[in-house]
Amino acid sequence: MDIFIYGMINSFSLALMAIGFTLVYGICRLPNFAHGALYVVTGFLVWSLIHLLKLNYILSIILALVIMGLVGAAIYRFVLIRVRGMATSEIIATYALGLAILEFLRWAGFKGMTYTLPVFIEGSVTIRGTPVDLQRIVVVGIGIVVVTFMWLFTHFNKTGLALRGMAQDEHAAMMLGIDSDWMAVIAMAMGSVLAGLSAIVLLPLGNIVVEAGYNVLILSIAVCIVGGLGSWVGAIIASFMIGFLQIITVAYIQSHFHMVVALLAIIITLILRPSGLFGRQKELEERV
Amino acid sequence: MNEQLASAERRKERIDRGIKVRTEGIYAVSSWQEVTYLVLPRLTLIVGLLLLPFLMPSLYWNRVISIVGIYVLLALGFDFLAHYVGLVSLGGAFFIGVGGYTAAILNKSLGLPPALTIPMATLCGAIICTLLLLPALPLRGVYFAIVTLMYPLAVSRIIEALNILGGTDGILGVASFPNRWVEQYLILLIVIFALFGLRRLVNEDIGLVFRGVKDNDQAVRASGLSITLYKAIAVFIASGLGSLGGAYLSHIYMWSGISQFALDFSVIPIAATVIGGGGTLVGPLIGCFILVPLSEFLRAFGPLRIVIYAVILVVVIMFRSEGIMVYAQRKYHQFERWVKV
Repeated sequence: MDIFIYGMINSFSLALMAIGFTLVYGICRLPNFAHGALYVVTGFLVWSLIHLLKLNYILSIILALVIMGLVGAAIYRFVLIRVRGMATSEIIATYALGLAILEFLRWAGFKGMTYTLPVFIEGSVTIRGTPVDLQRIVVVGIGIVVVTFMWLFTHFNKTGLALRGMAQDEHAAMMLGIDSDWMAVIAMAMGSVLAGLSAIVLLPLGNIVVEAGYNVLILSIAVCIVGGLGSWVGAIIASFMIGFLQIITVAYIQSHFHMVVALLAIIITLILRPSGLFGRQKELEERV
Repeated sequence: MNEQLASAERRKERIDRGIKVRTEGIYAVSSWQEVTYLVLPRLTLIVGLLLLPFLMPSLYWNRVISIVGIYVLLALGFDFLAHYVGLVSLGGAFFIGVGGYTAAILNKSLGLPPALTIPMATLCGAIICTLLLLPALPLRGVYFAIVTLMYPLAVSRIIEALNILGGTDGILGVASFPNRWVEQYLILLIVIFALFGLRRLVNEDIGLVFRGVKDNDQAVRASGLSITLYKAIAVFIASGLGSLGGAYLSHIYMWSGISQFALDFSVIPIAATVIGGGGTLVGPLIGCFILVPLSEFLRAFGPLRIVIYAVILVVVIMFRSEGIMVYAQRKYHQFERWVKV
């Protein structure tokens, strides 16, 4: 029962972390390797708004999310737009940007026990003999809401449909009057807001640490690749697979293997099925 | 004259220098001028490299030169793989780590001297890396990049988790070089041979096949050649260079550990290639000689060093992605002049 409950929670945390990356990479083909950095930055941003500007918790969350959206748009508008289409340069530029942000935070002294966010709801409940914090239940709830919202957005909203159109055939989409750069700005802004949202929901469970940035990036890539590009179902199933595998590994083998599971999942999936478990797009192009 | 009017009537054109065209064929040896034109840049590089240990005699800078040499080997491998075979490998640290651990194990458990462990580690490391990367070879572009990025991370986590190969402490007490002159000149000579060897290689027949794999792999396949075989050969060469660097690193620091799988070894060669100019093979060398000493100067800043570094990388890739060497070659071989439209 323990494994089931914590597996569920872990899976939804993964889905939350990865959904922003999946939106940007899986749909717009922009590998945002600064995703983990944006996650950590949001945590410190909310903390500073609360403790330095003495703002209300809810107000600072909203403000932080707005700022993250602008940051994401700015990253596309000022950096990525110049290297668009050159896959290697995109990776190197965003990765270097993420590295710069994270190492700057480390240098600026953002570490230690003082940096924590308050939980939304105090207390815990007992489900069939397993105590669970209410915050962890909030994670599952928000996870479900966000995933449903994103699915509806990309299937029934004009902007969302345009994003998918861009992913499937950029030239055809442009012929139909979809502005490629504007869509990418929207995607990056939404991806950053989602990274921020997952940080706000997940960070109250522990300290805010710079290293989390690298782990979040690896886990997001893992979910996105295992699930397959442009497939929401795949991304959700991948987060469940990796989430449960991680919890089972921690429970039965050793907690050190926590991250190895994600890394091996990426390597094995890419080698066996480069387009992911449920990827349908561009399946042929990716293999020789 | 009014600048706008001027640009409407005339434009700038760029053409090859006459001497460049003349030196391309057998007539290169017809006069001293042309011989000098060909030999001077190469000779400057070789003499410059060989004089470097004399110009910077302090112990500290001697060590930096050796480290630069190791990074140059890695960057050469990266440039070769990325721009001549089309495989972008973000896992330089994997080659370094495998070579380093192999050399350390050979030295510690079999008691072999560095003269034997370095060649053996190069060969074994190249074989191990090629075999481990074999399943990933059908992948292209971003996918190969991500898989190679994951390899060093996965290996270092596994070593940590299983506590094998010395665990987090690493393997201590590896033999060192007899003296610092051997240490430096050996690596500088290796670098020179690797550089000119690779330049020769990419212009041989096999180099043509490599470029075919990069530009149009289906055409190579249609010619009856196995793409995977040629990719494996290329990875063997690049990982051999990396493992050689790793083995050298182990013997310099008399230690081999998890930090040999650190991101530095993956990121710095890429940055050096971007700054120096990709596809030139000399570019990565120059990039390393700029970046690695720069990071030594910035060592006092701690983590801020990586920030400065990453910012430089972003700025270069955004605004000057051609790199130093491509620019320099253009200036050396070509001139610009205004012509009437």
